[in-house]
Amino acid sequence: MTTTIVFTGAALRRGMWRALPLVAGLSPFGFVTGLITERHGLTLLDCMLMNGLVYAGASQLVALANWTHPAPILAAAFAAFVVNMRFALMGPALAPWLAGLSVGKRYAALSILVDHPWALSVTDMRKGGRDVALFVGLSIPLWFGWLISTTVGFLCASTLDLPPHHPLFFGALAAFIALLVPLWRGLSDALPWAVAGIIAILVAQILPHTSWYIVAGALSGCLAGALRDGRRG
Amino acid sequence: MALVTLLCRCGGYFVFSRISPSPRLRMALAHMPGCIFAAYVVPALLTGPAHNWAGAAATLAAMAIFRNLGLSIAAGVAATWIASLA
Repeated sequence: MTTTIVFTGAALRRGMWRALPLVAGLSPFGFVTGLITERHGLTLLDCMLMNGLVYAGASQLVALANWTHPAPILAAAFAAFVVNMRFALMGPALAPWLAGLSVGKRYAALSILVDHPWALSVTDMRKGGRDVALFVGLSIPLWFGWLISTTVGFLCASTLDLPPHHPLFFGALAAFIALLVPLWRGLSDALPWAVAGIIAILVAQILPHTSWYIVAGALSGCLAGALRDGRRG
Repeated sequence: MALVTLLCRCGGYFVFSRISPSPRLRMALAHMPGCIFAAYVVPALLTGPAHNWAGAAATLAAMAIFRNLGLSIAAGVAATWIASLA
């Protein structure tokens, strides 16, 4: 390693400051997630634990979409795995910075990894930044902000008593749709994504009320993309 | 769920620090994020209410133009709300 990674108070504070708009941006999603959690019959404690420990809204919503009582442990774990698989690839991308933390702190930092702080950190790293405190500063307020907004959403759910197809619930879906935009790398993504979508529809028809359609769609799309890449290269 | 997600976050890092995925595997895996989201979004839109499509269009447009997640979600919800009144 030619560059030494540092951890400065200045970068920590800068990260925390830059996290504030992220918190504001993510709060509606958090609010809706808390709302939806309540509508599915989970308790306040369930909600706070889920959001504090899982801390991955997208996967939580997928799991909740097919929630049963008692909790569907296998299905939920599967949803968590498929949707959060991207974290397994995001962590390594940040490896140069994480190497600058002691092992314990490194895995603690990884445990609250989410998209936006990661993206901002990778960008900074590519520009030559060497301060891992930025990542930590960005991540911590976002975790707190998420916990607060989901709890508030949960508590507001019964007072608001919204009908199932209320536009506010679209907020959750909107988050996914919006995240597709930065993921788009160009027209070459059209084929894998289309395959993913079509297979997902088909599998959802064959196996309703389960989350298998996501795995099936995702794997098919990846396969289609890989096959096409193979033929080109 | 917490355990699995934690394993995803930490395990992925751990595994990749030990092995080096082949370029082809890496390229295949690079498709994963978009495909996962596509697989979730498409059926959701098809089985949801019609006014969600207006929201989807607004969300995509807002994100493409402003690159701001919070704003795009707000735009999407607003468009959905308006469409639902129509």
